Amino acid sequence: MNQARRNPLNMAAMHGALILYTVIALFPVFVILINSLKTRKGIFREPLSLPDAETFSMIGYQTVLRQGDFFLYIQNSLIVTVVSLFLILLFGAMAAFALSEYRFRGNTVMGLYLALGIMIPIRIGTVAILEMMVQAGLVNTLWSLILVYTAQGLPLAVFILSEFMRQVSDDLKNAGRIDGLSEYTIFFRLVLPLVRPAMATVAVFNMIPIWNDLWFPLILAPAEETKTLTLGSQVFIGQFVTDWNAVLSALSMAILPVLILYVIFSRQLIRGITSGAVK
Amino acid sequence: MTALTLSHVYKSFGKVEVLKDISLDVDVGEFVVFVGPSGCGKSTLLRVIAGLEDATSGEIRIAGDVVNRTPPAKRGIAMVFQSYALYPHLTVRDNMALALKQERQPKDVIADRVAEAARMLNLGDYLDRRPAELSGGQRQRVAIGRAIVRQPKLFLFDEPLSNLDAALRMNTRIEIANLHKTLGATMIYVTHDQTEAMTLADKIVVLRDGRIEQVGSPMDLYNNPANQFVAGFLGAPSMNFLPADRVGRDGGRTFGIRPEHLTIDPAGPLSGEVTHVEKLGGDTNAIVDLGGGEAVTLRLFGQHPIRANERVTLGFDPDRAYFFEPDGSRSRAA
Repeated sequence: MNQARRNPLNMAAMHGALILYTVIALFPVFVILINSLKTRKGIFREPLSLPDAETFSMIGYQTVLRQGDFFLYIQNSLIVTVVSLFLILLFGAMAAFALSEYRFRGNTVMGLYLALGIMIPIRIGTVAILEMMVQAGLVNTLWSLILVYTAQGLPLAVFILSEFMRQVSDDLKNAGRIDGLSEYTIFFRLVLPLVRPAMATVAVFNMIPIWNDLWFPLILAPAEETKTLTLGSQVFIGQFVTDWNAVLSALSMAILPVLILYVIFSRQLIRGITSGAVK
Repeated sequence: MTALTLSHVYKSFGKVEVLKDISLDVDVGEFVVFVGPSGCGKSTLLRVIAGLEDATSGEIRIAGDVVNRTPPAKRGIAMVFQSYALYPHLTVRDNMALALKQERQPKDVIADRVAEAARMLNLGDYLDRRPAELSGGQRQRVAIGRAIVRQPKLFLFDEPLSNLDAALRMNTRIEIANLHKTLGATMIYVTHDQTEAMTLADKIVVLRDGRIEQVGSPMDLYNNPANQFVAGFLGAPSMNFLPADRVGRDGGRTFGIRPEHLTIDPAGPLSGEVTHVEKLGGDTNAIVDLGGGEAVTLRLFGQHPIRANERVTLGFDPDRAYFFEPDGSRSRAA
């Protein structure tokens, strides 16, 4: 920002507001983290104090790592999230490309139909989905989750991506056609790199709900070997007794992978936004 | 030999007819310019020739072969777009080489052709840059280079200069003219800028509302327009039109005279008040209000002491006057 427009009062107010927001957003995460490192007594006596010599304990993490196959849960969650995101982005982008690029009868109707899913919560169909998965023999497989999450994510992906694809220059695609590129090459090599920011947006939007979902893992894949992290953490929450050390430790560990994924996508997001403007 | 033949080409988008009965022959080595106001269908016609749009009916032949069902890449054409349409992720060299790689040309042929094109267009220093690191003029040269390396039967230009600033536009125009001379290739060029049309074309095709209004050499069209539209479209400032009875001819018809063929003549038939003067140094343009809602533009060569609010009397050379029937067609009788 240039010197003339910089006003110390404004700067202070702006930073103050941002810092306040950051504190509010990070506070629950902070509380979870510090309490995951305390003894049970420490958690309940003074939930907001940092762990000290008396209250410090790794008991929660030990419980989590001993009981249940925590790394398998992380692996399941990662597989489900990454594969679902991949399928959502691939099929969503392809459908969006077709809708924005080709004139065919029923184009608008098809677009509306594909976007309709945004308005209908997929959980309404849980019973039918469960019956379908039973018939297909997919219960207690990761595929059942991947299929459901892909279906859940596609409408919004198609909606957002087709809007962005319309903005990709027609001349560029036509230049590709004249140079003899196939429609697939045009899609993968010319169009996709240009809508990368939109792809990252769609990925981030879809990632968090999939990662955190408890509903479908509980219904479709509750078996030990297909448990996701969120479902796996539930064993520590009992009807009468809750092992808070373990719950908080599990939650702390669950933040990490999703944080890494987020950093990857958001970097794409920023790179995409600035690539044309800065050069 | 004809490079391109269009016979009775129609194109409609849904119920809207954009091209109506277009028939045209282009000879090998000719520079043909499609010109017309916005929405006249000139770009659509170019895209039909390129194969980016299908003709609804009619036949398109390139170098004698019917290409209606041939994909763009196999038509032996190359196209330069208004927005350059360079591949953002490829270097200048790869942008130019891509089509040849797709055709599976040997590596040394590709390298030779790219080097030759780079030499012709002075792009040698930029071969390893990406489009984002080039200026507008350089990008347009890369786009032209991408067309040259293919050695096409037909070059198609879609308003290639309209994104450039005025000075660069003139330079690039001259470059394109030189390129046409050097390559001797057949070129089809779409523009709405009549200066480009007049200076580049061997043959101008004037389009309006999806129809060809007139085809001819630039001077032919300028001196001998077939109708009022062509007369008014070519020439800047554009031709003046007045009801013919203002100059003492029979009514109903329209009288047309170019601004440069009006003279200040105390014995002339037209008189009025100067409302606006533009002094360009080389020329002086004046707008003269003749009363009755009619005004004409007067173009005087050199610098004139003419001023606004002055009363002037105008004459004209009857040999340079045009008359048009009420339907717009040219009336040959004086």
